[in-house]
Amino acid sequence: MSIVVEANKISKVYRLGQFSGSSIGFDIKRWMAIKQGKQDPLLSQAQENDRTSSAGKDSIVSSLKDVSFNINKGDSLGIIGRNGAGKSTLLKILSQVTTPSSGSVTIKGKVASLLEVGTGFHPELSGRENIFLNGAILGMKVKEIKNKFDEIVDFSGVERYLDTPVKRYSSGMYVRLAFAVAAHLESDILIVDEVLAVGDAEFQRKCMGKMNDLGSSSGRTIIFVSHNMAAINQLCNKSLFLNKGMVAASGDTSSVIASYLNYNKVVENFEGDIPENSSLHGTGEARFTKLRIFNLNKEPKKKFGFGENIFIDIELTVNKKIEQVLVGIHIVNNLGEKICMLTINSNYTPIDFEKGVYNMSFQFGDILMPGEYAFGLSISHFSSGADIDYIENFSQFSISRDSSNKDLIYPWPTIHGIYKPNAISELKKIV
Amino acid sequence: MISKVLPSEQVKIIDKNARSLKTSLTELTSHQDLLWLFVKRDFISFYKQTILGPIWFFLQPIFTTTIYFFLFYNLAKLSTDGLPGVLFYLSGITLWSFFSELLLKTSGLLRENAAIFGKVYFPRLIVPISHFFSGLLKLSVQLFLLAAVSIIVYFFVSPFNFTAAFFLIPFIILLTAIQSCGLGLMIASLSVKYRDIALLMGFFMQGLMYSTTVIYPLSSTSGILNKIVLLNPMTSIIESFRFCLFNKGTVIYAELIYTIIFSFLVLYVGLLMFIRTEKDFVDTI
Repeated sequence: MSIVVEANKISKVYRLGQFSGSSIGFDIKRWMAIKQGKQDPLLSQAQENDRTSSAGKDSIVSSLKDVSFNINKGDSLGIIGRNGAGKSTLLKILSQVTTPSSGSVTIKGKVASLLEVGTGFHPELSGRENIFLNGAILGMKVKEIKNKFDEIVDFSGVERYLDTPVKRYSSGMYVRLAFAVAAHLESDILIVDEVLAVGDAEFQRKCMGKMNDLGSSSGRTIIFVSHNMAAINQLCNKSLFLNKGMVAASGDTSSVIASYLNYNKVVENFEGDIPENSSLHGTGEARFTKLRIFNLNKEPKKKFGFGENIFIDIELTVNKKIEQVLVGIHIVNNLGEKICMLTINSNYTPIDFEKGVYNMSFQFGDILMPGEYAFGLSISHFSSGADIDYIENFSQFSISRDSSNKDLIYPWPTIHGIYKPNAISELKKIV
Repeated sequence: MISKVLPSEQVKIIDKNARSLKTSLTELTSHQDLLWLFVKRDFISFYKQTILGPIWFFLQPIFTTTIYFFLFYNLAKLSTDGLPGVLFYLSGITLWSFFSELLLKTSGLLRENAAIFGKVYFPRLIVPISHFFSGLLKLSVQLFLLAAVSIIVYFFVSPFNFTAAFFLIPFIILLTAIQSCGLGLMIASLSVKYRDIALLMGFFMQGLMYSTTVIYPLSSTSGILNKIVLLNPMTSIIESFRFCLFNKGTVIYAELIYTIIFSFLVLYVGLLMFIRTEKDFVDTI
C-alpha cells in the first residue's frame, strides 16, 4: 500500500470580526514579529473554535489544530464532525484553495476537488459550452472532455437542452449537468464535499452509485465529507472524526462512526432531564425538558428484550402560547438515520399549546428489530417549518435478541433490518 | 514517507509558503485549454443576448469619439497636434480602453472570482492572461475600425505621413499590456484586505486618463502640467502610438526608457505580490 496523501500536523487559524483601521496595526506588529524570528502572533493567540462561546469581538480562532493522517492509494476516506469542526477547512487545504497556517500536506497524483457542484458555470453559455468550461476548470483537457462528451450528456439526461443557456435550466437540470461533468473527471484523488445533498432521490442514488464505482473499480482515492452517516458507511472504508479542529478518532469507518455518535450523545441523569445546552437549534418558545424511558412495570430501562413494550414520557415546557405546531419523536438507528417518527396525534395535524408544562406519553410495542437506537425530539412551526426546539440522539437504548415473551423469539444469528412492521400474514397449503 | 518515484510535478507539498514565481509560471503551460476556453467565454459573453452582437465592439469607440469630438474639439477647442480630431481621439481611445479595461479586470480579479477560486484550484494567473488575450482580440477588431477611418481620412480629408515606425505598433501594444497587468496585479493583491482601494479605482482611472494624452497632445502642455503628464507612464505609450500611426506626436527617448523600465518593474513586483496573496486570499476576502 502506498501513501498518496500525508497530512503532517496541519493547523489553520482565522481572524474573526471586521477588518478595519486597527487591523493595519496588527498586520505591522505581526510582520515585525515574524521578521524578528518570533512565533506568528496569529498562531499563538488562537483559541479553540467554539461558535457558541462569545469571546472578544476581534478574536482569533483555530479551525484546525495539529491534524495528521495518511491516506493509502485506493482508500475512501470519510470525514465527519459537527458543523464548525473544521471539515470544510481541511477540504480547502487539501484542494489547494488555501494554505495551512502551519504544517504541511504532501499529495501524490492528480487531485480533482468537487467542493461545490457547477463551479464556474457561466449562465449565458449553453450547456454544451459549459461542459467544456467546467471540465477545464476542474482540470480536464479539451480532448478528454470530447472523448467523454457523450457519456457526460447521457449521465446528465439533459440532452434536449444542450444548446440552451444554462440560466434557463431548472435547478435540478443544472445540478445534473454539473455532477455529470465532475463524475467523469480523470484524477487519482477525488475530493467531494456533500454535493450529494442536492437533486432528487433518484439522482442522489445515481450519484452514490457512480461514486461507488469510482472508488472500487478504478482504484481511485476518494475523500468524502458528509453528515449522512449512511452514505459515509456505504462509500468509505476509512474515516476521520474531527472535533473542534482536532482528530478525535480515525480508522475503520464503523468504529469512527460509533465514536462520533457516542460523542454526540447527550449526557443524561437518572430522572431523564434534558440539559438546556443539548438543544441543537430552536427559538426558545418551548423546550423539551424531560424524556423518560421505561417498561410495563414503570421501571426506568435502557435495555429491552425483543418485542418488549417500550413506554416513554416526554415533558415539554412551553414558555409562551404557540399555535399550529408539530411535535415529532424520531427513533434513530446507530448510523444516525431516522427510522420512524411518532407524533402526538396520528393524523399529523398541527396543534396549539398554552403556556405551561405538558406531558406526552407513548407506548410502542414490537416494532424494532434488535439493535442500538436513540431518540430525536422536534417541535416546529407548521407553516414555516422553523424549529422551536430540536434535540438529536438523546437517550440511547437497545433491543436485545432475547425475548421475555415466549411467543415471540428472534431466531436468526444476524440482524435482519431495523423495523418490524405489523403485517397480517397467512399461510395456506394450496396443493 | 512518500516516495519520490513519480515526476516532481506529480508530488505536491501544501504548506504556508507561497508557490515560487517559477512554479507559478510553469504551472500555466499545462492549462492552455482552460486559457482558450476563458478567452472564448469572455468574448462570447460580452455580446450574448444583444441584438447588435459583435457590432458593439465598434460602437463603443465610435460613441466615445463622437462625444469627445464635440466636447473637446468643437466646444473646448483643444489642440489635436494638427491631426484631424476624429483620428486623434479614436487612436487615443482605442489604446486607452485596451489599457483601462485590462487594468480594471485584472485589479478586480480576486474579488470577482472569489467564488470560483474558493472552490477549486487552477493557476490563478490563467485569468489575467485570458483577460489579456480577450482584450487583444477586442483591440484587433477595433484596430480595423481605426484603419478604416484612417483610410477614409487619408483619401478624403487630409493625408498624413506613413512611416516604417508603423511596424513598431505590436511592441507598443505589448508594453501597454505589461504595464496594465502589472498595475492590475498589484491593486488586486492590495484590495483583497483593504477594500478601500477597490472603491478608489474609479477615481484612479479618471485621474490616469486625464493626466495622459488621450484628449490633448503632449505638445500643448507646459509647466507643472507637463511634468505630471510626463510622469504618467502611459503618456509616452500613447504619444508613440500616434507617432507610429500618423507620424504626429512627441516621442522623447528618455521618457520611453522610463516607461519600459517602469512597465517591467511593475509586472515583476505585481507578480510577486499576487503570488503571495493568492495562496490564501479566500480566507480574507
